[in-house]
Amino acid sequence: MLAVENLSVSLPMEGGRVPVLADVSFALARGESVGLVGESGSGKSMTALAIMGLLPPGAATSGRVLFDGRDLLAAAEPELCAIRGRRIGMVFQEPMTALNPLMSIGAQVTEPLRLHLRLGRAEAEARARRLLARVGLAQIDPHRHPHQLSGGQRQRVVIAIALACGPELLIADEPTTALDVTMQAQVLDLLGELAAEQGLALLLITHDLGVVSATAARVMVMYAGRVVEAGGTGAVFAAMAHPYTRALFAASPHEAGGRPAPIPGQVPDPQHRPPGCAFAPRCPRAQRDCVATVPVLSPLPFKGRGLGEGSACGASAASPAPSPPPSPASGRGSHVAACFHPHPAP
Amino acid sequence: MTGYFLRRALVLLSTLLAASLVVFVVLQVLPGDPAALMLGTGARPDTLAALRHHLGLDAPAWLRYLRWIFGILRGDFGISYTYNVPVAELVRQRSALSVPLALLAIVLSTAIAIPVGVFAAARRGSVRDAALMGAAQVGVAIPNFWLGILLILLFAIHLPWLPASGFPGWGEGLWPGLRALILPALALALPQAAILARVTRAAVIETLGEDFVRTARAKGLTRGAALWRHAVPNALIPVVTLIGLQFSFLLAGTVIVENVFTLPGLGRLVFQAIAQRDLIVVQDLVVLLAGSVILVNFTVDLAAAAIDPRQRRPGA
Amino acid sequence: MRGAWRSRNLLAGGAITALMVLIALVSLVWTPYGPTQIDIVHRLATPSAAHPLGTDLFGRDELSMLMAGAQSSLSVALIAVIVGAGIGVPIGAFAAARGGVPDDLVMRACDLAFAFPALLTAVMITALAGPGAINAMLAIGIFNIPVFARITRGAARGVWGREFILAARAAGRHDTAITVLHVLPNIAAVLLVQATIQFALAIVADAGLSYVGLGTQPPQPSWGRMLNDAQTFIWRAPLLAVFPGLAITFAVLGLNLLGDGLQDLLDPRVRRAR
Ligand SMILES: Nc1ncnc2c1ncn2[C@@H]1O[C@H](COP(=O)(O)OP(=O)(O)OP(=O)(O)O)[C@@H](O)[C@H]1O
Ligand code: SF4
Ligand SMILES: [Mg+2]
Repeated sequence: MLAVENLSVSLPMEGGRVPVLADVSFALARGESVGLVGESGSGKSMTALAIMGLLPPGAATSGRVLFDGRDLLAAAEPELCAIRGRRIGMVFQEPMTALNPLMSIGAQVTEPLRLHLRLGRAEAEARARRLLARVGLAQIDPHRHPHQLSGGQRQRVVIAIALACGPELLIADEPTTALDVTMQAQVLDLLGELAAEQGLALLLITHDLGVVSATAARVMVMYAGRVVEAGGTGAVFAAMAHPYTRALFAASPHEAGGRPAPIPGQVPDPQHRPPGCAFAPRCPRAQRDCVATVPVLSPLPFKGRGLGEGSACGASAASPAPSPPPSPASGRGSHVAACFHPHPAP
Repeated sequence: MTGYFLRRALVLLSTLLAASLVVFVVLQVLPGDPAALMLGTGARPDTLAALRHHLGLDAPAWLRYLRWIFGILRGDFGISYTYNVPVAELVRQRSALSVPLALLAIVLSTAIAIPVGVFAAARRGSVRDAALMGAAQVGVAIPNFWLGILLILLFAIHLPWLPASGFPGWGEGLWPGLRALILPALALALPQAAILARVTRAAVIETLGEDFVRTARAKGLTRGAALWRHAVPNALIPVVTLIGLQFSFLLAGTVIVENVFTLPGLGRLVFQAIAQRDLIVVQDLVVLLAGSVILVNFTVDLAAAAIDPRQRRPGA
Repeated sequence: MRGAWRSRNLLAGGAITALMVLIALVSLVWTPYGPTQIDIVHRLATPSAAHPLGTDLFGRDELSMLMAGAQSSLSVALIAVIVGAGIGVPIGAFAAARGGVPDDLVMRACDLAFAFPALLTAVMITALAGPGAINAMLAIGIFNIPVFARITRGAARGVWGREFILAARAAGRHDTAITVLHVLPNIAAVLLVQATIQFALAIVADAGLSYVGLGTQPPQPSWGRMLNDAQTFIWRAPLLAVFPGLAITFAVLGLNLLGDGLQDLLDPRVRRAR
């Protein structure tokens, strides 16, 4: 249903255009849940905004974002307006600021209903009340204003807005980051339930690997504007072939591994991305060839090659043959990573 | 809301009282003998005594202040020394010009500034934005009384469309009176509009960057709908507050612009009263003008609270 | 691009302001004619080689009067700003240092003072002491006091919360010493921007007061007075009503641009906003 193909985005900044997304490709089938993980600044929100057609002014794009066969990057504004909120809903990172402080929550939920479904006032209000009840806000008066609600309640309102018109795709951009732990679990459960119940596809953006493993069937790991590892959640977590995935896992609190070990260093600014593999400066497995060329996504495991040897990586980088972007038809589900020296399969 | 209102009303009342006290002290206590000030150095002792008696100066200052304040509360502002009529009557006559003029100016400046500011913000960085904001930058620098003179040159002398001066009153209907107020109102409104447009633009640009505008767009609202329904109302909160603050400048402007167009309003009355050393009229007018500034700012605070539910919180 | 635009504000504003100051200074030692020199024969002359901007109703040279007007206008405004800042800044700094009841009182007093625009203050002063340049300076200066008190207090409170102030207090420094040594230097930039803005407002206020006859008194030339005189003969010599207004607008525009430029230079937050 959704196919992102070789999406690149660059933004105007002081001192010229800066690429924030490079060559991002993935696909999402109807009813499927996919996780998109990565540190802050890796380009997750940009990916979501590119799909929505809500990139900051001046952004330049290349590639395609196919939604039911229509290229949204090439679509005209009125067509996008008809899709946003109607067929694609979005939940944002910051519930504290995502709602208009001057409008009652009821009015904000009603707005897309009246706009897209052309409901009358009374009908829209009744529907809004049901939606609020469905996201667990049955007790809340729709005439309340956002400042009278807690963060978790506000995020539920945002979810109600996103789901109001029964979309086919829901993009949730770190829906729980700003919430406390118990609230996080509740909101995630709610999203999972709603996705299953309404058969909608879910693109769940997070920097928390635990959230992904619990919610998504497939996962994509992003670093510095590129997808560096992707595959079925089970396969990716079992292998953790890409050193970044492994570092991210080590950095997140999890039951098995004791105390989280933060990844040394920081995500490079889009302006100052190193040549070759962007993770090289922080990568424990980096070798000299890593800074020469950018590794491309290749299927795992690399059969018959000695892992960790320069020759093997050089071969996979030199020939583009083993690294087609996973196309919606063939590549879905296959486990791929962009690394010259991935961790060996367990 | 009621608690909020009561608290604000209490502050309002005490500010009004304080303002009247300031005026009274400056004009009645500081000069020592107001009667001597009014009559000048060459006054004859018996005239002086008569005026002192007329002004009630035999009484102590605090009693005179109380008399004055309670008089005002009853609508009795005292008797003008030069016109020999109740000041209240003078104020009533002159307000018939000054109040509509100030209102017209505020309405004009708001009606010009908000669309311009929103338009420029929506097209920020464009040539039209740069042109509008360049014009606003110059507009801010033009003094209203000079703009008044330029408008007279242009629309009364060069193109004889509107009267250059005077006011026929409202007796002959709405249009003749309004015609006389158009140029002065424009002279007052345009420089204010320039300031307001700049502030509106900045406020709208700031709100356009807010998350809730993005939420609105994600709902499927068009750029224009998100702008007008979500960004502009939020941007208007600081703008409304500024309109209130501008009122005091507008009032000062009215006083001068009435002189440019020789309009018989409160402004001209102030200067006539000064020229004739009619201290009672000066005192009443200053306290009225200051009082109306305070009242307008109070109203604007309430309006901002009405727009913004966050300000209605108890304890805020 | 945006950086260039900004420095253009600063450059244009600085250049205009410098030009105005230069003209005012030159007028002290030289003007084409004496600014008060009456020449009834050549009254209301149109611009010519002898009188580039023409002459007024008494035959005085318009250009010379404008130059002298710049001098009187700038000095009234300068002194008014000095009075306002000289009294307002200490009051604001005191309120910020003390906090609590003194702070509340100062802020309430400022609220009250804002109900009296410069013109109303001037009206009261002239009612007492008669019109004149000194009284205009005083009136505008008094009006400036609460403006400076408020901005100083707001900015200073921000500084008082910072860590190096805590360190200075821990070291046993007296409040006054901290204010002078640490707080004021840190808010100097904000005050400078405000002073520029108030200077521009003071020029307009001075012109307004002299236009209605409450400010600078003849024969000393002033832009506002010139406008008032010109209005009497507006049918015969419309240009006379244009030049003084242009001078005011030009001076105010220069100061406003300078203030905007300084503000952008000093406030990195605004710099990043788009
Ligand atoms: N409006 C903008 N203008 C310029 N650069 C931007 C803008 N928004 C984001 N960026 C840059 O784009 C890159 C990707 O940002 P993005 O918001 O997609 O990261 P993210 O993965 O969502 O991070 P987070 O977890 O913090 O939300 C970052 O380096 C960021 O600095
Ligand atoms: S390509 Fe090299 S630097 Fe990049 S992640 Fe793999 S091993 Fe590390
Ligand atoms: Mg993000």
